[in-house]
Amino acid sequence: MSATASTNGTSPAARKKANPAGAVATWADERLGLATATKKQIRKVFPDHWSFMLGEIALWSFVVLLLTGVFLTLWFKPSMGEVVYNGSYDQLRGIEMSEAYASTLHISFDVRGGLLMRQMHHWAAMLFIAAMLVHLMRVFLTGAFRKPRELNWLIGGLLLLLGILEGFAGYSLPDDLLSGTGLRIADGLVKATPVLGSYMSFFMFGGEFPGDVIIPRLYIAHVLLIPGLLIALIGAHMLLLVFHKHTQWPGPGRTEQNVVGYPMMPVYAAKAGGFFFIVFGVIALMGGLMTINPVWRFGPYNPAEVTAGSQPDWYMGIAEGLLRIMPGWETHIFGITISWNVFLPGQIAPIALLGVVLAYPFIEQWVTGDKREHHLLQRPRNAPTRTAFLAAMISLYGLLWAAGGNDIIATTFKLNLNHITYFMRAAIFVIPPLVFILAKRWCISLQRHDNDVLLHGYETGIIMRDAEGGYSERHLPISEDRAYTLTARQRDVVYTGANGTDANGVSAPKARLDRLRAKASHAWFADNVQKPTAEKLEEGHHHAELEHDHQAPLEGHAADGHQFDGHHDVDGETLRH
Amino acid sequence: MRLTRKISARLSAHRRSRFAGPAVLLVALLTTGGLYVALSPASAEKTADSTSEIAKGKALFLVGCASCHGKNGEGILTERGNQYGPSLAGVGAAAVDFQVGTGRMPMAQPGSQALRKRVVYTQDEIDALGAFVASLAPGPSVPAADEYEAKTDDPEAVSRGGEFFRTNCTACHNFAGSGGALPQGKFAPSLVGVSEKHLFEAMLTGPQQMPVFSNEVLSPQDKQDIISYLKKNEDTPSYGGFTLGSIGPVAEGMFAWLTLAVVVGAGIWITSQTARSKKTKKGDVA
Ligand code: HEC
Ligand code: HEC
Ligand code: HEM
Repeated sequence: MSATASTNGTSPAARKKANPAGAVATWADERLGLATATKKQIRKVFPDHWSFMLGEIALWSFVVLLLTGVFLTLWFKPSMGEVVYNGSYDQLRGIEMSEAYASTLHISFDVRGGLLMRQMHHWAAMLFIAAMLVHLMRVFLTGAFRKPRELNWLIGGLLLLLGILEGFAGYSLPDDLLSGTGLRIADGLVKATPVLGSYMSFFMFGGEFPGDVIIPRLYIAHVLLIPGLLIALIGAHMLLLVFHKHTQWPGPGRTEQNVVGYPMMPVYAAKAGGFFFIVFGVIALMGGLMTINPVWRFGPYNPAEVTAGSQPDWYMGIAEGLLRIMPGWETHIFGITISWNVFLPGQIAPIALLGVVLAYPFIEQWVTGDKREHHLLQRPRNAPTRTAFLAAMISLYGLLWAAGGNDIIATTFKLNLNHITYFMRAAIFVIPPLVFILAKRWCISLQRHDNDVLLHGYETGIIMRDAEGGYSERHLPISEDRAYTLTARQRDVVYTGANGTDANGVSAPKARLDRLRAKASHAWFADNVQKPTAEKLEEGHHHAELEHDHQAPLEGHAADGHQFDGHHDVDGETLRH
Repeated sequence: MRLTRKISARLSAHRRSRFAGPAVLLVALLTTGGLYVALSPASAEKTADSTSEIAKGKALFLVGCASCHGKNGEGILTERGNQYGPSLAGVGAAAVDFQVGTGRMPMAQPGSQALRKRVVYTQDEIDALGAFVASLAPGPSVPAADEYEAKTDDPEAVSRGGEFFRTNCTACHNFAGSGGALPQGKFAPSLVGVSEKHLFEAMLTGPQQMPVFSNEVLSPQDKQDIISYLKKNEDTPSYGGFTLGSIGPVAEGMFAWLTLAVVVGAGIWITSQTARSKKTKKGDVA
């Protein structure tokens, strides 16, 4: 605790003798007024916890994406015009291909550092989206999306969506065999829209797939439109973060009104800056050492070709998985075919998923009726339903991702491809509910454990033998700090509905909604374990003291358990036997 | 180029139709009969050498293969009507050379697929077995070395071979020839390290699930180009670093998440560092 600064430094920064840099700074400040504007921000306090770095990984990989992406634009030719390749990769020389593909080969083999930049760009993209997802899970698990941060949750959700779209656009740009196969699937998804599908597809591809406009269009989206939106949204995300101030874990001295941590300058900035170099360095190592998207091995896109191992990047894996395990259902009415087999997994499912993600804070708020501001985070165990929901979603995600790689699993583990598909069809309905129940029970037992620790102290691991020969483990009271932290949470209130319902003038549909809310609240909170009341805590302490007094009259000094756990020095202590 | 690609694509689509097997068999039987009538006086001139080769092959066959394929290679049906071992009439010496030369035959136990194993016959014995099977009915013979030898130095052959490979083979064997899954537990094996002769013979005879790429579909020249392409790839260094198995984006995704774990670890480390500067300052004052 000693190193944290809850106040700013005591002495103001003194001006040193004029130096040239200072003169420039003063010149600029007199015209831009930056110093006053940044003074407050520079002192902004950031709490320290590793889980707050996850968003930063996403941010720094985005910076790497911008840097490497700009490099790639210098040579990439977003054109589907046919050329004959004449570069230095022997296996493809003399082959007809699009300019996009030829220029990607050119970047890979004939531009100095080009392949490194391509690989860094792609690895950074994979990391970017993974980091966003993990960051989102952190925010979700800790309840950081609660008021007043709902808007920032929405922005985050959009960032994730845009990141995925951006990645898909990028994956399609090189116009290799996998790019084209991916676009073919996108074409199928669009065409599965009832009635409008084929018009939309023709509009998108400027005619019959693949046409010759899709790459230039995706290029504009990839280097201008979506990055622009991303930058704007990231900006808004950070501004809101500064405006709301950072959330923090509960603990002594930390309240809903303050933030305890390091000031922006210099400690936090040094850490964040250092972290950028770590992220950059790791991505550079990956780009230098590990092949990603070896387009030269796929060959140029040709609608007549496919390859085993055609998969999208991981973040599209669940869409691929859904498509692969969906039974081939179709309906024919009035001369129109509705391809449920593509429409459901390809359009309805992703939209539903996105809807749930974006709406979650509002759903939870409606159930709890909690309109207060929250700046202290919740421990995942203290929101068992929410935590279990995420655990179930993760298991579903994992299963679908695995289903998207069913052929790879089949060859790697020597399994039957068909059996994997049948298994997955059932598993996505069976396993997530099981995971939900398991995770919820786990959280609740952790809550019980917390209460045990609060009331009876922690387990010292020391077995005592009493006069009658019975054995018991010694428990010792936990520190005040820890007790404070454990109890720094609010009690859950189960909403039981507006009593009286109709009679009190609540109209029927409202009453129904109200009953639904009461039911949801019950499901959400009824099983949770609440923290012990003040009296219970008192009682617990009293009990511990009694026990202590009981042993005090005995000569010597009782082993209190700390002799073995390093809590305090034991040099020179004589222990009673 | 475009045209050949289209034709080969169309042919490969039809090759495995339900009637292809019986049709091929019928044609084979008719030609065998016809050829026998037309050529028997001439074949009487065949050297005693080849007859003894066939006899030697037959002896080996009776010991090692007849239990499944029948004494005269006519095939054996199981009680449930499945093939214990299929008829070998017309599969030719090339099929024997491939199946026995890659260790697939004699099959150890009936499974979903005969796997590559240690080879149990010497090349001489394999040739004799081939001669015997070829004597049952004419079939593709073992190709000569100049037919299958890779020409990795001929850039045109290599890039043409790449085109043929992508059109005809990647669907099952993957873009890098790393292999891929097929329905019902079957799989197309990796082509990396397979000898040039066996590559040629596999295309020519189409083992199991693999379609037959007869010389009308892929000319011997085309086959040789494919071999040149594959061998050229084996000689080419991996430009991007570790290949991660060359099995496509699934492996890349796994590695991305592993790396994320490493970066998160770095994040944990960096947040666990307290601000030393402050402590030293305090020390300075004291
Ligand atoms: C345990 C039973 C078994 C034994 C022993 C066995 N085979 Fe086979 N053989 C099979 C089966 C089953 C197939 C069909 C599936 C396959 O191609 O793997 C087959 C296929 C073949 C084929 C390919 C036929 C085609 O259509 O291309 C050849 C050639 C062949 N065997 C040769 C031999 C020779 C030569 C031997 C003796 C060295 C032998 N087999 C021993 C079971 C056996
Ligand atoms: C329909 C899928 C399919 C296609 C298309 C296909 N193969 Fe195969 N291939 C297989 C299967 C299945 C096997 C395994 C057969 C066995 O084990 O007997 C195989 C085996 C092979 C082998 C033997 C490998 C070894 O380990 O001995 C070679 C060589 C081969 N294929 C080459 C090719 C080439 C070259 C092409 C393209 C001209 C091609 N294949 C196209 C399915 C396919
Ligand atoms: C969120 C940000 C971004 C993501 C997720 C992303 C993702 C991708 C991916 C996956 C590829 C395929 C790379 C490959 O060939 O293996 C790609 C290619 C490309 N990206 Fe990005 N990118 C992003 C931002 C940018 C930016 C900001 C630019 C430029 C201003 C850019 C320029 C390019 C270019 C020119 C290519 C094609 C070159 C090539 O494929 O070699 N990208 N991108």
